[in-house]
Amino acid sequence: MPYNLKEIIAEKPVRFTAGHRMCAGCGCPPAMRMILRALHPEDHAVVSVATGCMEVSTFIYPYTSWTDSFIHTAFECSAATMSGVEAAYQSMKKQGKLPQDKNTKFLAFGGDGGTYDIGLQSLSGAMERGHDMVYVCYDNGAYMNTGIQRSSATPHFADTTTSPAGKVIPGKMQPRKDLTEILEAHHLPYVAQTIGVNNFKDLYEKAEKAIYTEGPTFLNVLAPCPRGWGYPTDMLMQINKLAIDTCYWPLYEIENGVYKITYKPAKKLPIEEFLKPQKRFKHLFQPGNEWMIEAFQKEVDDRWEKLLQLEKATSEPNAEAK
Amino acid sequence: MTEDNYNKNTPWQDLTPGGDIYTAGNAMEFKTGDWRSVRPVFLSEKCKQCGLCFPVCPDNAIPVGKDQKRTDFNYDYCKGCGVCAKTCPFGAIEMKEEGV
Repeated sequence: MPYNLKEIIAEKPVRFTAGHRMCAGCGCPPAMRMILRALHPEDHAVVSVATGCMEVSTFIYPYTSWTDSFIHTAFECSAATMSGVEAAYQSMKKQGKLPQDKNTKFLAFGGDGGTYDIGLQSLSGAMERGHDMVYVCYDNGAYMNTGIQRSSATPHFADTTTSPAGKVIPGKMQPRKDLTEILEAHHLPYVAQTIGVNNFKDLYEKAEKAIYTEGPTFLNVLAPCPRGWGYPTDMLMQINKLAIDTCYWPLYEIENGVYKITYKPAKKLPIEEFLKPQKRFKHLFQPGNEWMIEAFQKEVDDRWEKLLQLEKATSEPNAEAK
Repeated sequence: MTEDNYNKNTPWQDLTPGGDIYTAGNAMEFKTGDWRSVRPVFLSEKCKQCGLCFPVCPDNAIPVGKDQKRTDFNYDYCKGCGVCAKTCPFGAIEMKEEGV
């Protein structure tokens, strides 16, 4: 069935309601809502979120924004929690204690702190054990919930409260970790990197594929944070678009080891376009700091080039020849 | 579970065991509209129902009916971020300061 945004919004139930306490203009809720819309309406879902903005703002007692089962979990264990739930479900279903004709899907969410850093071991374990679940990382590039501390997802040179740009250091001193590639190294049936942009087709289709592919799957979603990134609140969709047009956040999926880049910008924009609206990169535009932009651009170009090579190397004819 | 039977003055003995919440999606009872300092105004005559604003609202404050058409904002939840106004290619959403 071809993607039809209007039909999806009109027909599919909202599984993540209004009334949550995420900031105005936050990039996470639209993305999360669309991912949950990719569930078939008749299927039930169990959701677990690692500590982070999404957890502390959507599940404040006595209110929940989730219409499916939700488990409050600690920072490092959203994947571990969900793998246990999934194992129990499989066992109970086998024993005939649960209806055979009903499906339950398992989704674990985590921010970049709870995924790239603190939850990495539990995520790796759950993926390796092959649980039938989806792990979604919403990457806003720092510990936004506690006051913008750097994480390993924070881009190079970004100004955060624990990597302050000044006379001594140029913001975060290390390049960003590439988590999607780490997950690919687990040889999962489906790994994808996506974002909510234009009509959200890319996000929805990848979410549907991830949820309905049997086995452990992983989605990495960029979710801009107006507070932490320092751009005007209303610019969410423009920032998302710039992230993919500059190839800072390439959109691609890996199905059983075969890479497919799902969006190649007709004209790849220079990285300045993405950096300029964000206050966390303000110091990059000061005289004498041109080397930072050059280094940033080189990093983006190298990763993009590598991705193109990987796509070429794993494309269908080669894969069949193996 | 509502504000009436659980609020900040509820003694802990009366809370649900384990802090469980029994009503799915009851955050709808919590209105976030009073956060707003600017208000989006829907100019229906300019709207072409293109759908670009449907998915972008973080607070799901753009109601879309079964006829696949949007209607005026749900100001109970709109936090006034302005993402929708900036997304609209036809200028059918205008941001106006509250209380002016």
